[in-house]
Amino acid sequence: MSEKILNNLKIKVWRQKNAQTKGQFETYPIDNISTDTSFLEMLDILNYQLVEEGKDPIVFDHDCREGICGTCSLFINGRAHGPDDDITTCQLHMRKFKNDETITIEPWRAKSFPVIKDLMVDRTAFEKILQSGGFVSVNTGGVPDGNAIPIGYDDAEAAMDAASCIGCGACVATCKNSSAMLFVSAKVSHLARLPQGQVEAARRAKSMVAKMDELGFGNCSNTGACEVECPKGISITNIATLNREYLKAKIAD
Amino acid sequence: MSLTGFFLMSFLIVHLTVNLLLIFDDTGVLFNQAAHFMVSNPIIKVVEPVLAIGFILHMIYAGILTINNMVARPVGYKKVNQKQASTWASRNMFVLGSLIVIFLILHIMNFYWKLKVEQSVALIMVDGAEMHDTYTLVSSLFKASLIYNLFYIAGAIFLGIHLTHGFWSAFQTIGWSGNIWRKRIEVVGKVFAFLIALGFSIIPLYFIIKF
Repeated sequence: MSEKILNNLKIKVWRQKNAQTKGQFETYPIDNISTDTSFLEMLDILNYQLVEEGKDPIVFDHDCREGICGTCSLFINGRAHGPDDDITTCQLHMRKFKNDETITIEPWRAKSFPVIKDLMVDRTAFEKILQSGGFVSVNTGGVPDGNAIPIGYDDAEAAMDAASCIGCGACVATCKNSSAMLFVSAKVSHLARLPQGQVEAARRAKSMVAKMDELGFGNCSNTGACEVECPKGISITNIATLNREYLKAKIAD
Repeated sequence: MSLTGFFLMSFLIVHLTVNLLLIFDDTGVLFNQAAHFMVSNPIIKVVEPVLAIGFILHMIYAGILTINNMVARPVGYKKVNQKQASTWASRNMFVLGSLIVIFLILHIMNFYWKLKVEQSVALIMVDGAEMHDTYTLVSSLFKASLIYNLFYIAGAIFLGIHLTHGFWSAFQTIGWSGNIWRKRIEVVGKVFAFLIALGFSIIPLYFIIKF
């Protein structure tokens, strides 16, 4: 794909000083952006421009910029991680946009993800859910021990697919109910499929779901939007697995 | 949501089966006998209040979930583009459900109220048994007014759209879904929704065309 230069872009971005103040949209013009620029690089260029104009640069989350850490977020033109499938925002490139386009950028919106500043949100709620049960309490040994426990191919693959969750929060951001079910189900289903995780499966399902509700996430209504926007393509069949594990645990009580 | 949904879906099958008798016998004997069997059957006497509770629980629970889910996002998005990500029906189950409730109120006033509360339905003798002439009750409504026919067709269509999401969603909620079963249940759900909408639409259509 040959490089092109995009001009006359208008970046309409959410500016909010801190969690207490009310935010508003600001629109900034930007020119001379290569289609090979990544979306976050475009924001870096815009921030240089803002600093030169004596304005406050836009705050946004980013870390590895390799699509594996789950730090970047952004709701771009109405979609979590922007107009491309199975990628994080850092892997989104400006070739997905056109000249003269107005690009709307909003932070993740959920009661459980309060805005810290501008586009940066507090995703501590996810850590709290993990602390409530997203672990195994037994010593699973070293790498050779892992290989010594025979696990069927299908289970190993399904567990690995669920484990690929990077905890970015796109599922919550895109869900019309702000539900964290895909995130919770990925962890529950990943560990429930492996012998090391099965010991605590019932306890885990109950406590993680209870924590999720306590933190103010919405309820799943099976719209399936989360799996479409998930940068790792985690399937909502994991949610069915979670529901199964949860029901099993509740019936056993 | 899921369990009451399953219960209401099984009710729809029974309801539609009895109703379809309307179009197979213009004298009304068949429908009257079926309706009489339904009211005189001891099982139905038990199921009737359970059905009412099923409807009410389904509605109350839908209300609670919808409010919870709205509270979970106090500040909304300026621009949302969810067409690629989810179906319209799945995002508007509460709206569709509310439309069905409006239909249901009128539907109960049309038939159940007249039959059980006003008791204004005439009694006739069919094969030596005395029973309410429910066939005339139903057919006279459908013969009298085109608007009622269209209203019932609209109700059936809303119900069908509601079920395109509701059927598979009920299975997903109880955990009966996997990489293989999910596709099967989704297809069966679409077919079920289509048949229910078609089945309930055929009856008013029949009366429009024939009378």
